Amino acid sequence: MFKYFEPNKIFSVTSKAPKYVLFLFIIILSIGLTEALILSPEDYKQSHSVRIMYVHVPAAWISLGIFSSITFLSVVGYIFKIRNFFLISKSLAPSGLVFNIIALVTGSIWGKPTWGTWWAWDARITSMLILVLFYIMYLVAWRIYESNDKAFKITSVITILGIINVPIIKYSVDWWNTLHQPASINILSKSTIHSSMLFPLLIMTAAFVLFSLLIFLMKYNTELIKIKNKGLDRL
Amino acid sequence: MINETLLMNGYGLYVWSAFGFTLLSFGSLYLVTKIQYTREKNKFIAKFGNLNSERAAFAKSQSINKEILSNTSSI
Repeated sequence: MFKYFEPNKIFSVTSKAPKYVLFLFIIILSIGLTEALILSPEDYKQSHSVRIMYVHVPAAWISLGIFSSITFLSVVGYIFKIRNFFLISKSLAPSGLVFNIIALVTGSIWGKPTWGTWWAWDARITSMLILVLFYIMYLVAWRIYESNDKAFKITSVITILGIINVPIIKYSVDWWNTLHQPASINILSKSTIHSSMLFPLLIMTAAFVLFSLLIFLMKYNTELIKIKNKGLDRL
Repeated sequence: MINETLLMNGYGLYVWSAFGFTLLSFGSLYLVTKIQYTREKNKFIAKFGNLNSERAAFAKSQSINKEILSNTSSI
């Protein structure tokens, strides 16, 4: 099964895909921005500041999702010695880091009108800040060790340590008294968010997913060409 | 209508700066990634051009190399 993950086989797809993904991203983002900034209603308590949710929440979801994917791919890649999984993880990390930073900055901007402060050492915010540090450590490890076996080992250890933080982020609002409200969207039980706000939130999430896919594809292609450059040096 | 959308009952500055920061981050990440991609691709094309005909023929026999050389996508 793993032969389908061979870089030589998938480059023909990944090299052509970005332009289609970019096109789709622009369309979905335009719809999402119109919904989020103009068509969606204001909140009865938070008024228009609730609109920040449409960038803050998807960014937080995707940064957590990407880190979980990186950990899964690194562990499976290490166990089964699939180098391509490390390449995929490495290509996912930059967008994960940027989404994590977006979640923190937009959360801070949202905090000022809602809580009266730009920053608080609250459990959710602090654990998200720790996740940024893990993303940075992960990317720095790749920069230092390049593409050798040591890099595979060290980056896997970083992701395994970092993944402990992910459930802490998710459940911090239930375990501790924090400024954050508990989750409004639940997969297993009824969501407390109104459909008029849920729809733009889902559209914006789709746009953000497409953007991370676009960056992933471009990064992955760059990494493959880097490897091929080294191959030409050896000829 | 336009005033309401811009000012948002006094929350406009917060909302627009949050969206602005997000879009600016997207633009920066896209540009940096694109520059890295173009740089690596140009390096590859230059290296390929320096190969002698025998080595170039061997390198061209690999499908991925052909893909890189033929891929004229602007992204």
